[in-house]
Amino acid sequence: MISVKNISYRIAQQRILDDINALFDAGKISAILGPNGAGKSTLLQCLTGALKPDYGCVTLDGRNLEAYSLVDLSKKRAVLSQSITVSFPFTALEIVLMGRSPFTLNNNSSVDNEIAHETLDLMDAWHLKDRSFPTLSGGEQQRVQFARVLSQIWDQKNAYLFLDEPTSALDLKHQYKVMEIIQNQCVEKFLTVIIVMHDLNIAYQNTDTSYFIKNGQVQVFGASKDVICSDILSDIYDLPLSYAAQHVNYGRNSSHV
Amino acid sequence: MSLMSKQVTVRLPFLRFKFPSAILLGMLLLSAIILATSIGAVSIPVSDLVTSRLTEQQQAVLFSIRLPRVLLAIVVGVALAVSGAALQGLFRNPLADPGLIGISTSAALAVAIVIVFAGPLTGLLGLYSLSIAAFLGAIISCFVIFRFARLSGKFSVTYMLLTGIALNAICAAGVGILTFLSNDEQLRTLTFWTMGSLGGALWPSVIVAATIVVPASILLIRSARELNLLLLGENEARYLGVDEEKLKRMVIIATALTVGAAISVSGIIGFVGLVVPHLVRLLLGPDHRLLIPASGILGASLLLVADTIARTIVAPAEMPVGILTSLIGGPFFLWLLVKQYSGRFGI
Repeated sequence: MISVKNISYRIAQQRILDDINALFDAGKISAILGPNGAGKSTLLQCLTGALKPDYGCVTLDGRNLEAYSLVDLSKKRAVLSQSITVSFPFTALEIVLMGRSPFTLNNNSSVDNEIAHETLDLMDAWHLKDRSFPTLSGGEQQRVQFARVLSQIWDQKNAYLFLDEPTSALDLKHQYKVMEIIQNQCVEKFLTVIIVMHDLNIAYQNTDTSYFIKNGQVQVFGASKDVICSDILSDIYDLPLSYAAQHVNYGRNSSHV
Repeated sequence: MSLMSKQVTVRLPFLRFKFPSAILLGMLLLSAIILATSIGAVSIPVSDLVTSRLTEQQQAVLFSIRLPRVLLAIVVGVALAVSGAALQGLFRNPLADPGLIGISTSAALAVAIVIVFAGPLTGLLGLYSLSIAAFLGAIISCFVIFRFARLSGKFSVTYMLLTGIALNAICAAGVGILTFLSNDEQLRTLTFWTMGSLGGALWPSVIVAATIVVPASILLIRSARELNLLLLGENEARYLGVDEEKLKRMVIIATALTVGAAISVSGIIGFVGLVVPHLVRLLLGPDHRLLIPASGILGASLLLVADTIARTIVAPAEMPVGILTSLIGGPFFLWLLVKQYSGRFGI
């Protein structure tokens, strides 16, 4: 469980986050939604410990985030960032094995290799294992990075999984697959999953709770099925109600087919 | 280390051999040492070396000229290649090279200042003070480059290279001013430093350089695992439990130390730090746990061969080895630029 109390973050006098409160439960998938530049990624980075909020605190399992050492945290939480460029020709398998490094300080054991195999298989990327990572397509890179992130917390229960637009480069089939994997892992391992995303249909169908962020503040939050609706969308995204209604109806229909 | 047993396939027109990389690199270094020891104005044939039937003249040449020179080439080669590999990891870009981004020139400027203003420096103390000056020059430039490359908040390779160009120009101008101010003897020393040569090899310089380069290289080799993770990005490394601020500081200090030590005894020898890690990556892949030590061995071997050529090709005169490495390294760099047509390396 993560609790966020009154966090604020500013860059050069500009408030990026303004007094945010939130609660993310274990075994649940939460979405952070909102327009571009709303502060979603900044909030995520405050939750992962990459950024230190100017004010307020974040607690993991009731313990202040700052009280954890980097090594302890690396065994508890994994983070998939938006875009990761690797300029050296590591193979996809080598990249995934890097995810195991918090647990094996030197050479990778057979357990790590098994985990890497499993996660790559799961992400439908085992056939890419010997390919050089920089030569993979955007979607393939995203799947390999996801496999790395999954293998980091593969044998942990109650761990935390932070994802920043995990499906942005994926085709429809892999979007579906990735969301299915997230749901299964979340239930099976009692993970706390927090996803920043733009695709409201995916959020509607796959997440339990949604937080809408705008101008650095939480505008609306609640069960995804309740809060992703036309009047809230038209308010948050400054859309004509008719357009927002279309958008959500599309989501409703496809989820009830 | 089991990584060192990674197999390398050597292809010749009709033959293919598979070697564990450690054996291959070891053989290469050994043959380079034998070559460099035996060739020169006074030839010391291998057969005589093995049976230790040397004339008095040969013995004198071996112990007071040839051996220190061979060892210095090894130490400088290791220093340049290892620091090149580590810098490329730190900057997350294969184009980082101490010479290219202005670290070497800054170190040379610091050395030039000491030569011109501190008067004649001799013996171990003098050599150490030159090393310290070179180290300071190198570390200041490292921090400047790092700061400027991150001006936009995110690390930019373009800014890194442009900062390097500016630093190179500023420091070259500085060296120019000092050249103008210097007397004849200082001028000779300065020229020697800016061209890069192992001609001044004596036991004290070997000892000074080795006492700095060896521990710093060990430090860099030991941070190889964390450097691998840093290649994913600074935040990703942090998420994987690496204190990336500490790592970066450590790598900057250790590379500045090795580059400084190398430059204070040999002047600017360009492109070794760029070319060698590249060759190793082509052969063995980008894993720093293998890349850094293997670069050290290959760097030592290449500089030994280059130095042997430099001191024999225009005998009895001697060509500064820095000219030779730049002659080979420059075109290699251009080839590299052409090869990465698709911007694969993030330029």
